[in-house]
Amino acid sequence: MVRFENVGLRYGMGAEILRDISFDIAPRTFQFLTGPSGAGKTTLLRLILLAMPPTRGLITLFGKDSQELDKAEITALRRKVGVVFQDFRLLDHLTTYQNVALPLRVQEREESSYRAEVMELLRWVGLGDRMHVYPPVLSGGEKQRAAIARALIMRPQLLLADEPTGNVDPSLARRLMRLFQELHKSGTSVVIATHDLALMDQFDGARRLVLGDGRLHIYD
Amino acid sequence: MNPSPDMAARPPIETVDLTDAWSDTPLVPAETVAGRSLMLVIAIMTFLAALTAGFAIVLAGAARDWRGDVAMEMTVQVMPRTGRDLDADAAKAARVVAAFPGVAEARAFTRQESEDLLAPWLGAGLDLSQLPTPRLIAVRRDPKAQLDEIGLRAALDAALPNAVLDNHGAWMQRLDTMARVVVGAAAGIFVLVLIAMALAVSFATRGAMAGNREIIEALHFVGAADGFVARQFQFHFLRLGLRGGAAGGGAAILLFLVLGLLSRHWASSAGGEQAEALFGSFTLGWSGIASIVLISLGAAMLAGLVSRAIVFRALRSFFAAPD
Repeated sequence: MVRFENVGLRYGMGAEILRDISFDIAPRTFQFLTGPSGAGKTTLLRLILLAMPPTRGLITLFGKDSQELDKAEITALRRKVGVVFQDFRLLDHLTTYQNVALPLRVQEREESSYRAEVMELLRWVGLGDRMHVYPPVLSGGEKQRAAIARALIMRPQLLLADEPTGNVDPSLARRLMRLFQELHKSGTSVVIATHDLALMDQFDGARRLVLGDGRLHIYD
Repeated sequence: MNPSPDMAARPPIETVDLTDAWSDTPLVPAETVAGRSLMLVIAIMTFLAALTAGFAIVLAGAARDWRGDVAMEMTVQVMPRTGRDLDADAAKAARVVAAFPGVAEARAFTRQESEDLLAPWLGAGLDLSQLPTPRLIAVRRDPKAQLDEIGLRAALDAALPNAVLDNHGAWMQRLDTMARVVVGAAAGIFVLVLIAMALAVSFATRGAMAGNREIIEALHFVGAADGFVARQFQFHFLRLGLRGGAAGGGAAILLFLVLGLLSRHWASSAGGEQAEALFGSFTLGWSGIASIVLISLGAAMLAGLVSRAIVFRALRSFFAAPD
């Protein structure tokens, strides 16, 4: 599904912030991406999302070499990936409903064709009564759930979540993690970037990708 | 307090129709685009472009009328010669020309008419018999028949040694050149105005993109194609262009209507006659008004297309290598 081979990244002429990164993300797998703050977790997720090209190395996404993809192919691949950003990236001028439906709207589908689906998902993440509310009046946890719902609405094959429990209380964090596990059981590969060791300890069986000093160590 | 009947009758959330709220929410917030000032710039530019085009149309029409009038007329000059009767020569020349095929009318200017023509330069109360001035014969072509100018010259030469035919060719050449220069200058100004408007729209688009970078990034990450993102901006600028174009084009049409009314009102004055001789009656006509409407629509389309092109160009480098 995702394959990195000797990938390196540097900003300008500076030192490499990611060095010789090699790993695979297989279908239907669950993994944590962890490391101290500033280790490059978000940068690695952006590389997976093809939001920036690597300085060196090979990235293969869904069997396709990232360097050979044109714009249309990149767009098509991104539609297979759901992303939950650390800062949510909800559009403040759209309601919760409209934010969650955004991935479907950008495909120019008729609103009536997905309305019921979006409402059902909003209820599933506990935002059934907040769908007409704008993000600035949502709590941190509600924004988090709205961002997760937006990432899930397309039924992605791969879910990337950047610190998805960073803004919520422990109880809600456990509920969100259960939600990700359910998603994993339904066939989606999940990558959760977090530096919360306690959270990872609750999921002993999960694979861990640990970033440190620009290098990646894998603990299966 | 009891709930109102409206509240009690509110449908469950599953059946709430969100379509209106949905369609009314552009993905690029309107307030992030420098809307009002850009609309004013587009209105002013459209006004100037329409004004330039309108004046070019009026002048081109006037020049066409001048050319038509001048081309339909010729002048025969009968030169004074020692020992010849100028009045008799003028009458003979008029008879020869009038009888020539393709000539509708040949009228010799009377002595009084000739004196009136020269009065602005030589003063009133002139006695032409004291001056060796030629006598003029105004010749009007028959618009339905072909006139053999070479044959007419030959006939005049054979009849009189002192008659010269002037077909106003030099005048027409000058008018033609002047009309071309005026229309060319107007086209140049028109193009410059459009370029200035395109640049203003491009700056505004760049500003709007910079202000909405996070929205653009979020749209990409949820799977929006470049074309979809570009359309969100194009929609805004097309709408601004339509508003600005309508205001500018409408003002230009109004100005020409007012000028047309004023020129008709002042037509009887000396200045008004001069202006009418130069520019016609300042009337654009339906074709001129249609041209201004097209310019206004063109301005709106230009705004939309420029913004689309700028967005596409910017998106090409949106996910480029890090600096």
